[in-house]
Amino acid sequence: MEETLEKPEKPVSRKKPKMTFESKGRTVYYQLQDKIFKYFALAATSLGLIVLVLLLYSVFSSGFDRLDWDFITSLPSKRAAKAGIYTAWTGTLWIMFLTTIIAFPIGVSAGIYLEEYSSRSRMSNLIEINIANLAGVPSIIYGLLGLEVFARFLNLGASVLTGSLTLALLILPIIIVSTREAIKTVPYTLREASFALGASKWQTIWNQVLPASVPGIITGVILAISRAIGETAPLIVIGALTYVPFAPTSPMDEFTVMPIQIFNWVSRPQKAFAENAAAAIIVLLSITFVMNAIAVYLRHRSQKKVKW
Amino acid sequence: MRKGEKFIEAFLFGCSALTLLTTVGIILVLSFETIGFFKDVSLIEFLTDTQWTPLFSNKRFGIMPLLAGTFLVTAISLVVAVPLGLVIAVYLSEYAPGWFREIVKPVLEILAAIPTVVYGYFALVYVTPWLQELFPDQVGGFNALSPGIVMGIMILPLISSLSEDALYAVPKSLKEASFAMGATKLQTVRQVLIPAAFSGISVSIVLALSRAIGETMIVAIAAGQQPRLTANPLVPIETATTYIVQVTMGDVPYDSLEYKTIFAVGMTLFVITLVLNNVSFWLKKRYTQAYR
Repeated sequence: MEETLEKPEKPVSRKKPKMTFESKGRTVYYQLQDKIFKYFALAATSLGLIVLVLLLYSVFSSGFDRLDWDFITSLPSKRAAKAGIYTAWTGTLWIMFLTTIIAFPIGVSAGIYLEEYSSRSRMSNLIEINIANLAGVPSIIYGLLGLEVFARFLNLGASVLTGSLTLALLILPIIIVSTREAIKTVPYTLREASFALGASKWQTIWNQVLPASVPGIITGVILAISRAIGETAPLIVIGALTYVPFAPTSPMDEFTVMPIQIFNWVSRPQKAFAENAAAAIIVLLSITFVMNAIAVYLRHRSQKKVKW
Repeated sequence: MRKGEKFIEAFLFGCSALTLLTTVGIILVLSFETIGFFKDVSLIEFLTDTQWTPLFSNKRFGIMPLLAGTFLVTAISLVVAVPLGLVIAVYLSEYAPGWFREIVKPVLEILAAIPTVVYGYFALVYVTPWLQELFPDQVGGFNALSPGIVMGIMILPLISSLSEDALYAVPKSLKEASFAMGATKLQTVRQVLIPAAFSGISVSIVLALSRAIGETMIVAIAAGQQPRLTANPLVPIETATTYIVQVTMGDVPYDSLEYKTIFAVGMTLFVITLVLNNVSFWLKKRYTQAYR
């Protein structure tokens, strides 16, 4: 319509540009290439999923028959058929409990400070870069730190406490980062409203900001703890034992955990021990998946419910 | 009231400063023992000797075999994870229908949540026998290939997830311009999206590399304990992380030279991963500045 108004000096050709045989052939070729790639990529994506299924299947098929109540309540033994994971899972529970008690308050406090108090000073910049770096340090290095500082220097030995302190340092960066993310989602207007009512800074944080960001914080903490209970290397390095004939009853006791028990069984040549390992892996994976599922559910719910 | 608030603020600050203390602690502990180590072993021997035998009577302290093992397994894992991860990232961000992406992405991320000892089990009990069937009489019961492949699967979600984010962050206008020129999706991906998201993709690869180098349990279970300067992926080797596990599982007295070796090896690992992590921060900074 506009063309008629403008009156072009030369009438524009209405014909389609001629498509030569060559250019048409090329277009078809590129489109074919695109299609082929699409299915190739779908296959690649499926491969990732297939490997996951294969991994789970292989563990379940060889470990499921071994898994019974006796396996969970028995002490470790040199005979594969009699051995159980009682000391291993009690050790894991102890580690989980103590690590949470240590890392949760410190991590959340640090997250609050970095998000609410620290100004763009050089100090807070330094702390931020430092946390990002800590998150990338291999877990085995934390083991060396724990071995030297907690086990030797503070003379705590290869105790549950040493293990928990080490793992707490390991998961602190994760908790801090997720706490900050959760606090960031709380809109500033909420704080202003609280200030306008005369609340102090801490009152605002305690009564408004924290309750609003609890689901996010808890999600991060659960993911961090689930990471901690799967960790093996740092605990081996601090000296956690592979064979413990009793369950720990205090933080100063020696201990073993599920992943170390699995490592120990996998390292033996007999097939019966490999089956024990598979059965223990089923238990460990169940714990990990349940914790991850809770975290995903909490995150999903908080995203749905809260609309600012 | 104000005094209480000041106290709270100081406490919160103390908690965040604790992270600095962790870093200082790591550096002090590693340096202290490493300096002790270098009193007995020269730095030149450590860096140039081709044998690592601190636990034998004929002690040699060349870090090269351990690093060769570490890099061999890492290289294999990247060969598996980088192409596969990139293709998955492209598929999920450009081709896949929304519902497929919503399901597949979290499922793939399960791979990242699985404890590494489970991957070690998988490598030793399933992948190695499978490789032995594939190449009869050539594959050792312990080798670099099997843990390498399995480690590739472990770092796959890291690469696919971060790369997909990078592809997604490319402005839609660039993509639309390419489509308007008549380009197919694949052409757009190859000539517009991947170059534009290149630094984001490299961040994911560098982070995966750093993860793979520091990974312990998969190699401790499936790669063996024989430090060896080789590029052959079918024979037993030992990685730096495995060596630390091997020593700490045995009964090595504090302050012996063997005890100090694990800190020297740890220091080497720490420096390598620190450099890689900072390369990734630098890349990330550049990439967030690129399109505004």
